[in-house]
Amino acid sequence: MSFVAPKETYNGKVLGLDFGKGDKAVAIGGESSLPFLSFEGTIPNKPVIAYEIQDIAPDDWPESVKEPYKDVSNDPVTWARHCQDKLNAKAIALRLVSTHPDRGDRSAADAAKTVKDVLAAINVPLIILGSNHIEKDASVIVAAAEAASGYNCVIGKAQEGNYKTIVAAALAHNHKLIAMSELDINLAKQLNILITQMGFDKSRLITDPMCSALGYGLEYTYSVMERIRLAGLMQNDATMQPPIVGDVGINVWKTKETSASETDVPGWGRLEERGIAWETVTSTSMLMAGTNLLIMRHPKAVETIEKVIGELS
Amino acid sequence: MIIIGEKISIIAKKVREAMNSRDPKPIQELAEAQWKAGAHFIDVNIGPAEEKGGELMTWMVESIQKTVQAPLCLDTTNAAALEAGLKAHNNAWGRPLINSTSNEPDRFIMLELAAKYNALCIALTLGKGSLPADAEERCGIAAEIMGRAAEYGVPMEDLYLDPLILQVCTMQDQAQHAIKAVKMFQELNDPPMKTVVGLSNISNGVPKDMRSLIDRVYLTLLMYEGLTAAIANPLDKELMDVVKTTEVFMGKTLYAHSYLEM
Repeated sequence: MSFVAPKETYNGKVLGLDFGKGDKAVAIGGESSLPFLSFEGTIPNKPVIAYEIQDIAPDDWPESVKEPYKDVSNDPVTWARHCQDKLNAKAIALRLVSTHPDRGDRSAADAAKTVKDVLAAINVPLIILGSNHIEKDASVIVAAAEAASGYNCVIGKAQEGNYKTIVAAALAHNHKLIAMSELDINLAKQLNILITQMGFDKSRLITDPMCSALGYGLEYTYSVMERIRLAGLMQNDATMQPPIVGDVGINVWKTKETSASETDVPGWGRLEERGIAWETVTSTSMLMAGTNLLIMRHPKAVETIEKVIGELS
Repeated sequence: MIIIGEKISIIAKKVREAMNSRDPKPIQELAEAQWKAGAHFIDVNIGPAEEKGGELMTWMVESIQKTVQAPLCLDTTNAAALEAGLKAHNNAWGRPLINSTSNEPDRFIMLELAAKYNALCIALTLGKGSLPADAEERCGIAAEIMGRAAEYGVPMEDLYLDPLILQVCTMQDQAQHAIKAVKMFQELNDPPMKTVVGLSNISNGVPKDMRSLIDRVYLTLLMYEGLTAAIANPLDKELMDVVKTTEVFMGKTLYAHSYLEM
């Protein structure tokens, strides 16, 4: 008797969506199995990595991740072009950090201009992120969404405190939308319900259950992501079927392990390698939990994760 | 929880009149309302339909499926009418459900039809003669029907065992026997047998304003024991809310503040 491998069957399917324009548009999601289990279902799209850039010089990034961008990061347009042309980025995530009241408090109009300039310089898809300030994001992302009208971007992040205006902007300018809740699967579901009740199609939604870094609550993120996937696939919970984004870079590169010097902690190994490894391991875990879209920083970590995705697919 | 909407029944005057005059509108409206309220199947009870049963069932199936994209539960003792309904049924919207076979010889033909038309089939655990006394007797009848289903080529997973719900106001102890039967039925096979009840039988004969309460408390107890499906009134919002809430408690639905709206 030949051996027949036991297979899980799934009742539901992750929703698929695309963003960007023309032949550079990318598609994510659409799978009918848990991550990489292609023998149990179909996985039409591989996870996609977006390079993170920001609208001001990355003064708050640790040295080892500032270094690869030192000649380009003073200007978001040059930086974006560098990621696209030199690093072969499939997508770029522009974080409008300088709009934060504590980081320069730039106006929504300024942010819109940056978005326009970056979009004019690249042809890969753009993800537009606010500064994670609930009130300010409401005005900044609305202006950015308008500036990016027609580019089929991903905008975000819509949260409980500001989702109404941001959802309206995504509706008006036909963008995809990231909905973020704070590490709570029930609130993640609730936010998706509230957003779809505004008439926003769930097939244009991306869930951000809130990312974290290895050693800093990664297991919570992992567990919430995994449960979202199981609810969507096993229980066919339609509110839990949008693709998932993992905002990895920003979380990894603020940990002590990615910045503590070799003289301070000689036992921890080379600083540069340490940071890259931290981002790589965190991202790999997110992929295992079901992430469809990763936002990352270090080119070497991205390179490794591309390889991991290729080998597992 | 699978809800089989019970409202299209010959017992209801409005439905009966629409059937007799072949007026599709009231029937289509009831079908649509039940479907929108969350019914997975629409029950089509045309009674014994001795005259022109086949023609009536065909007309019912076509009229309803013109309006809702749902599978139907064909409910009649007239095998010829049932077969006509199976032929007319649009399986693109799900497989039809036959209501029902039992241990009475004149109902064996329903299994034959289930096999022939690849339909699901409700099996009422009712034998020749008197009502089943308890859960054990119901299991005995279920086992006989399961054996017969296998002979006719109906897969066990297509069979929905019905313990026969009796009215609480005259046969109070039967309420517990039926709950126990739902639990025991599942143990008759691996994977577990599916189960179904005609829920509103429990509140037959009680004052009208108490029926909904009795139905929904009883349904909660049955769901706790693993009930798969219920023939019930999806237009009873309190009942549907109880279903959703019980599914949350049992871990079948993920909680969110707006879970009742989904």
